[in-house]
This record gives sequence, structure tokens and C-alpha cells, in this order.
Amino acid sequence: MNPFRAALITTSVLLASVATAAPPDTVAPLAPAAIVIQNATILTVSHGTIEHGAILIQNGKIAEIGQSVHAPSGAQVIDAAGEFVMPGIVDCHSHIAVDGSVNEGSVSVSSIVNIAEVLNPDDIDIYRDLAGGVTTANILHGSANSIGGQTVVIKLRWGQPAAKLPFEGALPGIKFALGENPKRSNFSRPGQPKRYPATRMGVEETIRGAFTEARDYQRSWADYNKRVSGGDKSAIPPRRDLRLEPLVEVLEGKRYVHAHCYREDEILMLLRVAKEFGFKVRTLQHVLEGYKVADEIAASGAGASTFSDWWSYKVEAFEAIPYNAAIMARRGVIVSINSDDAEEATHLNQEAAKSIKYGGMTHDDALKMVTLNPAMQLGIDQRVGSIDTGKDADLVIYNHDPLSAYAVVQKTIIDGRVYFDRARDIAGRADLEKEKKSLLEKEKKAAEKKPDATVEIGKKSNKPGTAKTDASKPDATKPPDKTPAEPPKPPQNDLATGGVL
Amino acid sequence: MNAAARIVRVALIVSALCAIPHIVGAQSAPPPAVYALTHAKIFTLVGPAIEDGTLIIRDGKIAAVGTGIDVPSGAQVIDAKGLQIYPGLFDSITQMGLREIGAVSSTVDETETGDFNPDVVAATAILPSSEHITVTRAAGITEVLAVPASGGFDSSGGSGLLGGQASAIHMSGWTINEMLIKKSAAMVIDWPTIETRTFDFSTFSIKEKPYTEAKQEYDKHVDELADWLARARHYAQALGHAGPADYDADVRLAALVPVVRGQLPVLVFADEARDIRHAVEFCDQQKLKMILAGGLEAYKVKDLLRSKNIPVILRPVLTLPNQQDDPYDRVLSQPAELAAAGVKFAFASFDNSFARRLGQNAANAVAYGLPYEEALKAVTVYPAQIFGLADQFGTLEPGKLANLIVTNGDPLELTTDVRYLFIRGQLTSTDNKQRRLYEKYLNRPVN
Repeated sequence: MNPFRAALITTSVLLASVATAAPPDTVAPLAPAAIVIQNATILTVSHGTIEHGAILIQNGKIAEIGQSVHAPSGAQVIDAAGEFVMPGIVDCHSHIAVDGSVNEGSVSVSSIVNIAEVLNPDDIDIYRDLAGGVTTANILHGSANSIGGQTVVIKLRWGQPAAKLPFEGALPGIKFALGENPKRSNFSRPGQPKRYPATRMGVEETIRGAFTEARDYQRSWADYNKRVSGGDKSAIPPRRDLRLEPLVEVLEGKRYVHAHCYREDEILMLLRVAKEFGFKVRTLQHVLEGYKVADEIAASGAGASTFSDWWSYKVEAFEAIPYNAAIMARRGVIVSINSDDAEEATHLNQEAAKSIKYGGMTHDDALKMVTLNPAMQLGIDQRVGSIDTGKDADLVIYNHDPLSAYAVVQKTIIDGRVYFDRARDIAGRADLEKEKKSLLEKEKKAAEKKPDATVEIGKKSNKPGTAKTDASKPDATKPPDKTPAEPPKPPQNDLATGGVL
Repeated sequence: MNAAARIVRVALIVSALCAIPHIVGAQSAPPPAVYALTHAKIFTLVGPAIEDGTLIIRDGKIAAVGTGIDVPSGAQVIDAKGLQIYPGLFDSITQMGLREIGAVSSTVDETETGDFNPDVVAATAILPSSEHITVTRAAGITEVLAVPASGGFDSSGGSGLLGGQASAIHMSGWTINEMLIKKSAAMVIDWPTIETRTFDFSTFSIKEKPYTEAKQEYDKHVDELADWLARARHYAQALGHAGPADYDADVRLAALVPVVRGQLPVLVFADEARDIRHAVEFCDQQKLKMILAGGLEAYKVKDLLRSKNIPVILRPVLTLPNQQDDPYDRVLSQPAELAAAGVKFAFASFDNSFARRLGQNAANAVAYGLPYEEALKAVTVYPAQIFGLADQFGTLEPGKLANLIVTNGDPLELTTDVRYLFIRGQLTSTDNKQRRLYEKYLNRPVN
């Protein structure tokens, strides 16, 4: 009935009423001191393919790679005969693991808010993407504002608390957005006043205005610090401005800019503004018309993180082409393929493969677009993105060449710990089903005692713990076979909303 | 092959296609009536693959297929050595031609206002020059069903209970008349569901209502649907027994007559097991010929679907599970489970811009246990059978329409290219807006 049902189905949901935290069988066992993966085809990404090779993992790091390795006694052995090992997938544009909406959309500069503060480690999409080979994700604020919220890079350490998710040492970022979304082209509510900016001209001035303020703010602190270090005891500190502080970090190169953009003109606009204020754009996100200005992007040093084959969901996506990644790469841009969507993230390896068909990319270059290139874009390529000695043991094992639609992830390893294991997942399903049944029985019995209770499903279901007792109470007239309705989650990505976000 | 060689090869293919004089969309002279595709591996889908086979196309149809077939004089010969021939793919739920740019309502004609529009027909609003048609057929899709009220983000609001009539079209033609396979191939019913929480786009917030209220609304919708069908039955009776003066003509009831007579199938959109079960019971009571669309939880009612012989057009397997506590691969592994249970199904994109992911979806189902041949049939002959079109296309047999593709590999695999595409026996261009933009900007002088 609801026209958005299809979309709500394709987007994920916040929290089931039955399962609250990580199912016990899916929580990764502790990392053994050493693991040896052997007999595998190893796609190192950085230095070619090793047939019938082995990898030694020690203390969470890749200790040795080769035809054979020196395994210490007691090492756990993973026989990967006939299987392919590649570096864990790095998704440069994700909105998983966020509690609630990704948009603070009320203002045009929302740099005051930080996605890192609303990480939800129980989001089932973490596990689903992990099962798709993703080990690292760039968790971004939405695109409702010219300058959006602060962002964070995480590892998909399913079962760990929120504090353990952020990628240690990765520079934080901030989301910018250009074009239809920040000017609210496709989204207006009756009676709601228009928000500035409503044009691409205004988007530019919003960013210029904010950075002009940030530069003054930076200067006033520099003046103050100078006076203090000069022994001036009467110096009064400037009033702290939490909105401008992240922008000063951008000016000082301590925070990366990840800029949502589509059209060629707005891409050049941002590169111009960045030059004017002396900061770098770290990544252009979506950048669907990047192929039109690939040389200019390459010259600026910005990376490009794009979709494989999305198009036509709005005007600025109508000249999107699946050859975008290949053209930009050919012109010297560091290109990654991202998901912007919890489902799309489960097959980024396949999305990368499409550039072999559309633009003639090589096998290795295609693989780089979901491993080493996004790692470079996020400044974490010394740690992840390829299979090299000394790097984090973040690996995926597939049963086929990962650039095929027939490849299935068998294991996903982060920091030398097997966080996803297909065999373990399948083996645990019967127990989960049993547990779910017994919980439903329990709730049914509780409901039978209070037959008059009117249930308002979902009232408290966003809170783990209360959900179990309130939300799953079945109504007497409700067919008993159905698990309680899940609260729909507002569409989060750019496609699902036709540009609303 | 390295990247540079690859580019040269792509360019050669493109220029080669341009050099062939009789590509649809690029010529004014009448196309040749006879083609001979030789030395190909041919997957007819009615028997084992034919090695080094020949396929003859005459007057739009397949005239012969096999080995040791003589090339007729005057035939245009295409040497397909090293290539493979398959039936063209059939995407049986799309909004092809009904939506051009999702966010621009003036380019969207997929969902009519109001809940009961059995008289509206997709074919009326299909834009033959839609960019989606050329982009999609380049991926080997030769026919689609354009289905009103089948999804997407129409800014006009609600989809209805009776969404209108789906039209089957060829993916080539100067006008809709040339494209049309079957103007009315199914009647869309968007099955109501009991929703206590819905997302309200006008306020951008989640709306909640008590279960009892949601159930009442659901019952009301089902009653309304039953009422429309009852009136359509009376109308059909009047048609048969009364003179024109004895009843008021009604375009909506007239549109439902083939439905209540069991001549036109209903394409019922439902995903949750409870909704599917109710829809099946309803169609059973009403004696409607049901095709299920969506079916995310069809596995829960597979025995019912099999016993009632209800085929399913499955939502893409590249969709997250319906429930948070479903296994992560619940949707991916469903086709294998349905096939094992004997439920007939087809894959479809349920979309426009993602229609070219049809093969990718089928391949992913194979990765999770579906036999490969079943996957191939589920994007060719099965949907043709489900919509009563298998006498026309879906397999490579003499007498069938020559809707086929010549590829350099498995048509479901991500990296396979479609080298030649035939629709109604005409060699049809795989050029499109995206390829033209590619070539244009690939050749932008270095800045």
C-alpha cells in the first residue's frame, strides 16, 4: 500500500524487538596468537597474485606472506584450498552503525555535530556488511547541508562496544555537500520556509562564508596564544565556537573533507573555494560527472569515490555513466567504488568488477578500487588496503575470484580475528531459531494473562532492553506466526530518497 | 588483456557495429530478412548446448538452429566463433518508459492517483525514446514488462490497490505500436498490509497507530477490493445477457472483466508471509489467476504456492532481509529453496536504472545454491511462461521470435559483453547515451 514500502524493505531497520545485541553464535572468538592461511590464491593488490600461497598472521598483523610461511607451533590453520584471499574491503561512503538519522538538516552548516558520538554497535548492518567482506567503513553524515557533520572511520568489529569501533589513528573527516541536496531541490514541506541556500551559487557562498569565519576564528586564537606565550596575563581567550573548530581543523590539515557532489560545475567550484582558503578536498563523493573534469580533479589531488552504475534517480544523476571510474582512473585520479547503502556494501567486490566491462580496467586496478584506493583516500593505507607484511590482518576469503558474481565470502578477518565465518553462521542458526521461539512463547504467555492490553508496537522498541518486554507483546487478534513489526528506518542514502538526503 | 588493448578492442567493436549497415535505429533502408549466425555455442534452453552451431533468422523469427545447417543464399552472415548465443533476457517487472528521472515528477508516469485504477494501461505512457531502453538493452535485455504502481519514488503519492495494467514490450521500436508484445499482460494489485508504523514523507517522520486500527484499515481495503470484483462480475454478466441500454458503461469495471473471467492474471505485490497467504486465499476464493510479485518471505509459504501453482516474480536477491534477525543471506538463498520446493519463479529488477542488474541478481542466486540452468531460465523462458508469452520467445527454437543475444561469455556474469543483439530478427544497436558520453569524454584533450 505505502508507496515507500519497497524502499523501506530495501533499507534496513533499526532494531528488531526480539534480537537486541549480537547473537552469541556470531560473536567472534578471541584472536588466536597465530593463524596460518594456506593453499590460497592470494590477491595482494599491491604486488600481484600468489598462487598456492600462505599468509601468517601474528598478533593481529600480517607477519609473513609467501609460497610457504614459518608457522609457529600451535598456530590455527585455515586451509583455503581453491579459495581466494584479498584485503578487507574499505567502503569509503557508508551510513551503517548510526543511531537514528544521519542528517542534522536544520541548518546549512552543521559542523557542530559528530557521527562518532552516535555510533550504534548493535546495528545488524555491521554484521551484514562484514559478511560481504567489508572490514573498514567511512561513516558519513548526510548531505542535507553545504557543510555537514563530522565523520568517523570505523572497523566492523561486530560484537564490540561503540568505543572499539573507530579506526585507531585515522584522521576524522567532515561531510560537505553540493548541488540538489543542500539546496533542497527535491524536498520541501508545505508551509515550510525555504532554507538558504536554494541555488548552487548560494552553496558556494555558504562554504565561503563559513571558512571566512573559520579563518578569523583561527586568527583570534593564534593572536591569543601568542599573547599568552609572550607572558601577557591579561589576555582574554576567544569564546569557543564548536561550529568553527572543525573547520579550523580542515584549514590545518587535521580533518579530511569528504564532499558529496554530482555535476562538473560544482566539482570545480569546490576545488576553487578550497584553493582560495588553502585547504585540500580529500575525497569527492558520488562525483558522478567526475569523468567530465577528471584532469582538474587529478590536478587538485582529491580522490574520487563513486558508484558503479547508479543513475537517473535525479537530474544531477542523469549523465552518470558506469565508465566514470575508468575514465577518472585513466586520467590519474585515485578512484574508489563505495556503497552509500548497507545492501550495496555487501557486494562491493562485484561493483568494482563492473569497471572491467565498462572502461576496460584491469583485474588488479578494479580490485584496488575497493581496497587500497579507498585506504589511500582515508589516509590509512599504511595499515590496511593490501596484503603486505606489517599491515593489519584485515582479510576476506572467497570461494571464487572476488571479481565474479558467483563469489561468496567464507571468512572475514579483522585484526587477525575471524569476525565472520560462513560455516559458523550457518551452524548457529538452529540455536538462534530455538531461542527466538522460546522468547515468542514467553511473550505470548505473558500477553494471554492480560488479554485487554492494547499494544502500540514500537513505542519503546528503539531502546534495547525495553523492546523485549513491550513491543513484542502480541495482540489477541494478531496471527501468532508473525514476529512483531519492525519500525521502519527513514531511507538513509542518496538513491532511496531521490536526493532528499 | 591490458587496458589499452581493451580500449582499442571496444573501439573496434563500436566501429564495427557502425559499419554494419542494417542496425535498427541507424538506417533507413529495410533490414535484411535473413541472418546466419555461425560457429557459435548455442544455448537453446530446450536441450543441451550446441557446439559450433548455426542459427538462421528469417523474417523476424528463428528459422533453424543446430549443426550442419546450410547458410541460405542472400543471408547476412555473422561469424560467431568463440561467442555464445542465448535467448534475450526478459525483465518482467520494470517501470521502463514510465519513469525517466526519479526525482522529477514531470518525467514520472508510473502510479496514478487514487486506489482503484484498473483501466489505466502502461503502454499508454511508455516513452519509446527513453534513455533507459537503450541502456538496458545493451545489457542483453530484449523484452520487459512495464508495470504501473510497482515501486520507485513517484512524488504524486500513494500507489493503489488496483494499480492498472502491465504491458509487455520489445526493447526496440520507433513507436509503442512497434514495441508492443501484449498491451495488457497482467492487472496489478498492490496487496494491503497491516502496518502499525509507516514513514510519512510529508513530515519526514515515523507515524504510529495501534494494531487494531491498522487491522481495521487492512480489512477495509480487502473488502473494497472484493467489492470491486463483485461489481465487475455483475458487469460481466450484464455484458453477456443484456442489451446496451440495460446497463451503464463503466471503463473501470470493463477493465476488470478479463480479470474476473480468469483471462487476465493478477500480479499481486506482497512480501510478508502473512500478506502472501491472505492474498493467495483471496485470489483462490475470487478464482483469480495469481502471480505473486515481491515475495521476500515466499519461502515461508512455499508449499502453499506450489500446491496452488502460483508463480513468483522475485524482488532482486540483492536486497537485505525483511527482518533483522533473519539470516544475512536469507534473500540470496531463497531462490534455491523455492526451486527445490518446486515453486516456479522469475527474477526481475523491479526498477529502471537497475534493470541491467538482472543478470547479476540471477548469478548471485546461483552463488547461494540455485542451479545455474534454473537461473538462466528464470530470466528468459520462465517469465515468458508465467505471462503467457512463451509461444513467442524465451527459448531458441524454430518459429520463435528472434529475440536473442550473442555474447563473449556467461550473460549473467558481471564482465560479459553483449556483442550482437537481435530483437524481432533485427540486428539492434547496443549504443546508448552512456557509451556516447564515455567516448566523448575519453577523447577530451588532456588539460
